[in-house]
Amino acid sequence: MLELLVISTLNGVLFGMLLFLMASGLTVIFSMLGVLNFAHASFYMLGAFFGFQISRWIGFWPALFIAPLLAGALGAAVERFGLRRVHRNGHVAELLFTFGLAFAIEEIVQIIWGKSPVDFRVPASLDFPAFRLFSTNYPAYKMFMLLVSIAIFVGLLVVLKKSRVGLIVQAALTHPHMVGHLGHNVGRIFMLVFGVGTALAAIAGVIAGPALVTQSNMAALLGPILFVVVVVGGLGSLPGAFVASLLIGLVQTFAVSMNGSLAGAFGPLSPDYAQTWLSDIWGVTIAQIAPIMPYVLLVLILIFRPMGLLGTRET
Amino acid sequence: MTELTSSVAPPYPALSEKLKFYGIWVAVALVVLALPSIFGSGGALTTFSLIGISIIFSLSYNILLGQTGLLSFGHAVYYGLGGFLVIHAINLISTNKLPIPLPFVPLVGGLAGLFFAALLGWVSTQRSGTAFAMISLGVAELIASSALILRTFFGGEAGISANRTKLFRIFDWNFGPQIQIYYLIAAWTLLAVIAMYALTRTPLGRICNAVRDNPERVQFVGYDPHVVRYLAFCFAGFFAGVAGALAAINFEIANSAYLGALQSGSVLFSTYIGGVGYFIGPIVGAIFVTVLSLSLSDLTSVWQLYFGLFFIAVVTFAPGGITGLLMMHRPLVKGSTLGKVLPSYLIALIPTLALVAGLVLAIETIVHHTVNPGDDPNIKAFGMNFNASSPITWILTLFLVVGGFFVARETWRRLARAWDDALTAAHERGYHA
Repeated sequence: MLELLVISTLNGVLFGMLLFLMASGLTVIFSMLGVLNFAHASFYMLGAFFGFQISRWIGFWPALFIAPLLAGALGAAVERFGLRRVHRNGHVAELLFTFGLAFAIEEIVQIIWGKSPVDFRVPASLDFPAFRLFSTNYPAYKMFMLLVSIAIFVGLLVVLKKSRVGLIVQAALTHPHMVGHLGHNVGRIFMLVFGVGTALAAIAGVIAGPALVTQSNMAALLGPILFVVVVVGGLGSLPGAFVASLLIGLVQTFAVSMNGSLAGAFGPLSPDYAQTWLSDIWGVTIAQIAPIMPYVLLVLILIFRPMGLLGTRET
Repeated sequence: MTELTSSVAPPYPALSEKLKFYGIWVAVALVVLALPSIFGSGGALTTFSLIGISIIFSLSYNILLGQTGLLSFGHAVYYGLGGFLVIHAINLISTNKLPIPLPFVPLVGGLAGLFFAALLGWVSTQRSGTAFAMISLGVAELIASSALILRTFFGGEAGISANRTKLFRIFDWNFGPQIQIYYLIAAWTLLAVIAMYALTRTPLGRICNAVRDNPERVQFVGYDPHVVRYLAFCFAGFFAGVAGALAAINFEIANSAYLGALQSGSVLFSTYIGGVGYFIGPIVGAIFVTVLSLSLSDLTSVWQLYFGLFFIAVVTFAPGGITGLLMMHRPLVKGSTLGKVLPSYLIALIPTLALVAGLVLAIETIVHHTVNPGDDPNIKAFGMNFNASSPITWILTLFLVVGGFFVARETWRRLARAWDDALTAAHERGYHA
């Protein structure tokens, strides 16, 4: 039991930190540009596939730096030549633009790398067990993922709190118009923020690629969870996104490792009901409903705290 | 007092206008009746049936997006649940031999859509805009994932099926042949379109528009925007359920793809491409997208990519959709200044076509080299034959894309100027819309 608890906590925090790598970019982009980037998870996927391709050519370590740079440049280009144009058609058009983009990116990835998972392996230098806990070997690569995401988290915190750019970004989180009035080149800041945000998602993609499955549907699988994180945390709230990322990471990881069901708790259903839909609910295990946990959390949050955990804005 | 009422109430429509109004509906009904005798093949009837279903679904979506300003990423939930409930209803009716004929069964789907929209809508319509979009996505994922867990009801991956021919019969129709299903779908489509048009003319339809444009002002007037959004959501759910029911009857099966994100995305595509600003927009979009997706899949293996790129192009360059583009020309046609822009259109058409052809060549060449590199390099796409590995094709592609882009940009600038002139001229003649 203790073993399960410790391992699940580690995995949950890891998944949560990965989610936050993406959710932080998404939140900052949303706060500044007012557009929720539907294609954000697609940049995570692009990061994973770029990482796979580059690590095949010149190795994993260069890929860790080049792939996010590429994806970030692509993201900046999307903002500069796509979103800025669509901006005058309103927020719905912007959201739909990123929606179409997500659709197109998935198709392009399918064309280039195919529909089946690619063989993106953990680099040999990290392919060993880091430590042994009770009876489980914890892989070093997972520790590496955790360290990278924590390092980026700390770096982000320092940049946001201590640097001039961070000051402007923070100001733009709450008063986007005022920042423009103060004479900052809002267009360039937007492009930069969009580029950095997508690059962060791509870093998450590169480091998650070898551990999870690198496949053309990974954006579609993760995208909705990412939005749940942002809404649960409170739209536009960076601390909220952090709390929600960890919460969802932990909830999902713990749910996967639990095998309890109503049938297990209260005994099997009477044979009269064995063939009806009630038996589905009775026999389903917590591990099986793990995928829907984030969405249940979303609905609960909406009922009891519509602006999100730490959110202040209504829309 | 009399002056006030006469200025507020619109003038009673003249007989000619009434004839024109009802004439359109009668004409549409006649066309729908006559279609099978013009295009009688099985494939055409299937296409018409799919178009009918898509029209109801897209129009129901436009109650949300176009009329109330709610961007939903999960509208397929109500479509899918309507479909599932109808399959269960058909099975229930045929096992218990209830005297309910098939034409009334889609109502079950509608009521199912209404029920679930009423259940899930209250929470999701609390907020509008981006938050609503995200919530609708989350709720859709919740339902779609639950459908895979509740296997007895939703049938897991395979779905559940039913036999539509074993129900109580009227007029000796057993609804086996596609032609009978066509008439069933056509009748329901016509009914649903009339009902949804009528809805836009009611006070509720008008207040929905007001909530879309300025929710704060609506609150001042004394309405609760949340309640208005909720009501619109329920109506949209009802008609989506009807569409799902017809789809389930058409295919005699309902599976988890009905509820999925792809279905929600495709209704968004067809509604937006058709144009959300006008009632007829989603109808145009449904016809266009259904025909396009059926014909494109014959022409190229990566039709979904073209589809996505086309959608991006519509969002970027024509946010009003197809009908929006057409309606832009109304003042020009009325002011008879359309002739001023037509030459510019023809000039702009040539480099634009070149650009599009270059992009298609590029995509098809890349697809050939990544998807099936070992195959014969002489490939065919959109009726064009070309060699994917010859440098001539690559140079031609590059020339078409780069040259087409720069020339097209210049011609479109000229077109914009000509357009402004023509519009100003039309305004001077007194035609503003």
